[in-house]
Amino acid sequence: MEKTFMTGNEAIAEAAIQAGCRHFFGYPITPQSEIPEYMSKRLPKMGGVYLQAESEVAAINMLFGAAGTGARVMTSSSSPGISLMQEGISYIAAARLPCVIVNIMRGGPGLGGIQPSQSDYFQATKGGGHGDYHLIVLAPHTLQEAVYLTMNSFDLADKYRNPVMILGDGYMGQMMEPVSFPKLTPRHTPKGWALTGAKDRPANLVKTLYLDPEALEKHNLVINQTIQKIKKEEVQVETYHTDDAEIIIAAYGTVARIAKTAIEVLRNKGLKVGLIRPITVFPFPCKIFEELADRRFLVVEMSFGQMLEDVQLSLGRKASVHFYGRTGVVPSYDEIIVEVEKLVK
Amino acid sequence: MNPSENPLYANVTMAGFGGQGLMFIGKLLAYSAMKAGMNVTWIPSYGPEMRGGTANCTVVLSGREIGSPVITSPQALIIMNNPSLDAFEARLQNNGHLFLNSSLVTNETRREDIKVVRIPANDVALEVGEKRAANMVMLGAYVEQTKVVTKSLIFEGLKEFFGKKMEFLDVNKRAFEAGMRCVQDGS
Repeated sequence: MEKTFMTGNEAIAEAAIQAGCRHFFGYPITPQSEIPEYMSKRLPKMGGVYLQAESEVAAINMLFGAAGTGARVMTSSSSPGISLMQEGISYIAAARLPCVIVNIMRGGPGLGGIQPSQSDYFQATKGGGHGDYHLIVLAPHTLQEAVYLTMNSFDLADKYRNPVMILGDGYMGQMMEPVSFPKLTPRHTPKGWALTGAKDRPANLVKTLYLDPEALEKHNLVINQTIQKIKKEEVQVETYHTDDAEIIIAAYGTVARIAKTAIEVLRNKGLKVGLIRPITVFPFPCKIFEELADRRFLVVEMSFGQMLEDVQLSLGRKASVHFYGRTGVVPSYDEIIVEVEKLVK
Repeated sequence: MNPSENPLYANVTMAGFGGQGLMFIGKLLAYSAMKAGMNVTWIPSYGPEMRGGTANCTVVLSGREIGSPVITSPQALIIMNNPSLDAFEARLQNNGHLFLNSSLVTNETRREDIKVVRIPANDVALEVGEKRAANMVMLGAYVEQTKVVTKSLIFEGLKEFFGKKMEFLDVNKRAFEAGMRCVQDGS
């Protein structure tokens, strides 16, 4: 297949277009501004809409409205901007509307910095906005995987009527790597709920207000059943050299690919080290951790320990779990090697 | 295996002033290697940078899947100015190659365990007729020394990058070849 040399931001944008996304609402912020830039060049030429909103708050509400029509829609931002969007994301989840939100994480809290980070894991996987909901959260580790996951995210959003987040980091957005775009047949789930003008059919209603407590609970139960189904059917995880591993690194995204190099070097030194790499960080791949709970674990993140908590929950209290984290700085494979060697001593 | 011991593996960090074209030659090198069927990654330093500030990028080329695109101790350094030498020389691997633009780098390296290749890139670029092509002179020297890709692949890549601006294409080719000759004459 023909390969194109692109940045991660461009690759995600192109993948979304090829998956049928024709409407994008956003606001620039480093290190993801190339996504809106790419969309602004491409979408108008294809009969789509690129709209630069006056703020992230406006962008997410535009996305809310456009998603209500059943169109394939996307926004992208980076950590502080994603925080501003949380109210709208909660409303979209409440209204059960499919859409794709890209977070190319940078260091926080507050305005933080513009270097890569993974410190929005809690926000992405545990809620972020108010109320009982979850996003489906996909965490690619290479640009090719970012293409596949972005293409698939629209199908997932439609299938479950649930917003999907692509969780990347600044390195993934800025780096370049060859990618190819597979020919795609999008699964177009019928959208009988969409607001399309109600000509010759009863009116549809998209809303998030349920003042009758029983009606609210009934509505939330539907959302929850959807989440339970997602947990059962949509887990994606990669295991790498885990069969004989005595020490297993748990990492996702860019850190996972750095860990792969560390594992290659450590195996060459005779140390049995493997990797569990969650591809969906929600739903979290609990089962594989349970199965391998007798091994020793090293969780590595570009945060001070967020996915760590899901790993600990999955493994139970008796497991041996260690942690290495950098924030604002990308850990090198040499650092990971040192951490693993400390465990062996 | 340590990735550096893989015969089909190379990495290089390039650093200089913003505007010296380091990002460009990094992309060109990666793109050309991709055309040869290799896996490649290109990572820029990114930040609030501008013309005259410092800029660097790291390229990894491999016959196999690339794990870490982040390289702490590169096999080679292309250094275009004094501040970049200060910032990066300590990181170069033992026996690594240090490509110095000796037209601008006046400081001496403190390392004795490395191979230093001095190329007066700005002067050479002026001789071929385009003072802004010092980056291509350095890339020519790097490619001649390491043989990670062929000249013809770089030239094909240049054609892609420059499109119809033929006058720039030719002078950049000449600068690249002049850089190659610097290494041939020096060895």
